[in-house]
Amino acid sequence: MSGRVARVLKLLVPPVALLLLLGAAWELYARGGALGRDVLPPLSRVASAGWDDRASLWQNLQPTIVEVLVGFAVSLAFAFTVSVALDASGIARRSVMPVLIGSQTIPLVVLAPLIVIWFGFGFTPKIILVALVTFFPIVVGLVDGYASSERDAITLMRTMGAGWATIFLQVRLPSALPGFFTGLRIALTYAVIAAIFAEYAGAEYGLGVYIQGASASFRTDLVLAAVLVSAVLTLALYAATFLVQRLAIPWYAESRRAGA
Amino acid sequence: MTPPPPAARAEASPAIAVRGLAKSFGPLPVLDGLALHVARGEFVSILGPSGCGKSTLFSILTGIERADAGEILLDGRPLEPADRPFAWMPQRDVLFPWRSVEQNVSLGGEVAAGLPRGEARDRARALLADFGLEGFGGMRPYQLSGGMRQRVALARTVAQGRDILLLDEPFGSLDALTRTELQLWLERIWERERWTVLLITHDVREAVLLSDRVYVMAQRPDGIALERDIRLSRPRTLDTLRGADAAELEHELLVALHAGRPV
Ligand SMILES: Nc1ncnc2c1ncn2[C@@H]1O[C@H](COP(=O)(O)OP(=O)(O)OP(=O)(O)O)[C@@H](O)[C@H]1O
Ligand SMILES: [Mg+2]
Repeated sequence: MSGRVARVLKLLVPPVALLLLLGAAWELYARGGALGRDVLPPLSRVASAGWDDRASLWQNLQPTIVEVLVGFAVSLAFAFTVSVALDASGIARRSVMPVLIGSQTIPLVVLAPLIVIWFGFGFTPKIILVALVTFFPIVVGLVDGYASSERDAITLMRTMGAGWATIFLQVRLPSALPGFFTGLRIALTYAVIAAIFAEYAGAEYGLGVYIQGASASFRTDLVLAAVLVSAVLTLALYAATFLVQRLAIPWYAESRRAGA
Repeated sequence: MTPPPPAARAEASPAIAVRGLAKSFGPLPVLDGLALHVARGEFVSILGPSGCGKSTLFSILTGIERADAGEILLDGRPLEPADRPFAWMPQRDVLFPWRSVEQNVSLGGEVAAGLPRGEARDRARALLADFGLEGFGGMRPYQLSGGMRQRVALARTVAQGRDILLLDEPFGSLDALTRTELQLWLERIWERERWTVLLITHDVREAVLLSDRVYVMAQRPDGIALERDIRLSRPRTLDTLRGADAAELEHELLVALHAGRPV
């Protein structure tokens, strides 16, 4: 048990220390007033302004969370289906993967307003945008993961008379899960940004709307407060993936620790 | 119960016979006119230099690769694709880390024998007990030592319920001490179970200790260089290997193995 506490501390202390250091530097620099306190407010003012406006922040955070989670769910369903098709067919893989990779060069700034024009101001365009940007890393994580299956394991299954579906379920899918979680985490870091971008392009509520309003009235302290909130949201989701991974594939971390 | 002498067993129709087997990978001929046979309940080993096509033979037998020529006879008639009489054990154990030890063993019954999950699990439990792995069923493969993992892998092979075991260098990756321990263990358990076994090995002592008969394969693609009965009484132990007969056999096999190579 104390070993686990030590591990968690070892994981948490360095980043927290670094953040405190950066926060202190920000605070001191801003108090120096080189940029003007309204242009770059000290961290303490960002925190207190955010706290005072917490009701509105919370109201605008909720739709963003919903967009991220629903967008992710949609993306997962599509990504899994597509990855299975890509794994089953070499010709599908060779034709689809380059197109997918090419699609990643379309900038979010261009995509967001287009999708709002096509799908209106409701939830739908946000969910589509979140799903679009998270789809690629998840598919790549899965497809690479399938390919990481041990050759001998598949040969063994074939000598036992296993068909494609059995081999997929018993070997390829479990082999892909570690890579899947890596892809999931990369996707996550895009998801919140995508939701905020989509809200920027037009919405009633959301962190993006909040940031837009605050910056239109030159409330840099509230803009930065909203940025901090979105960072915390991303970190919380990121941590959640580790929790789910531990529950879903406990063997992965353990076997790596055992060096096998 | 003493086994019949090898000569008498060879007269009975062999469980598996291979004739004129040929296989090339592109321009590289690996097997050319290979012939061998294994009787039911017989333990046969194949010794051969690296790259001579031993594993390729197993790939052909299990249907992973297709032979260019030759025939495979099962109990005297040509092998049909649906027969699947072989249970293959790869050199690396390929135990699945996402399955417990027991689930790894029951995979053999589930997939190869098509048993319902409960039945496959019961068979796995019984096998683990037979193999001296009682109490380890709930562990994960990475929690076991190399020797234990190899035993689990053999249990998974036996769990397939197939007639003939194909063991490809099962102890090749183990340290010398563990390897000897497992060889003696396999000798004991084989005495009891009398599986039909075809074993690939680089280890001459292992072949002498375990086999009823040994084939030495020549540098490819010349086929079999030597076939030798091992008429040492069972059960065999480390003392068996100390005897003059065993030493003589080991020497003869070593010489055949090194034939045509600078020594
Ligand atoms: N699928 C394949 N494609 C091309 N060449 C192959 C293939 N499988 C085997 N070979 C070649 O055939 C030869 C025999 O291989 P094989 O694995 O049967 O040897 P082996 O006797 O089992 O050797 P070792 O003792 O090292 O395991 C080698 O030269 C190998 O490179
Ligand atoms: Mg080999």
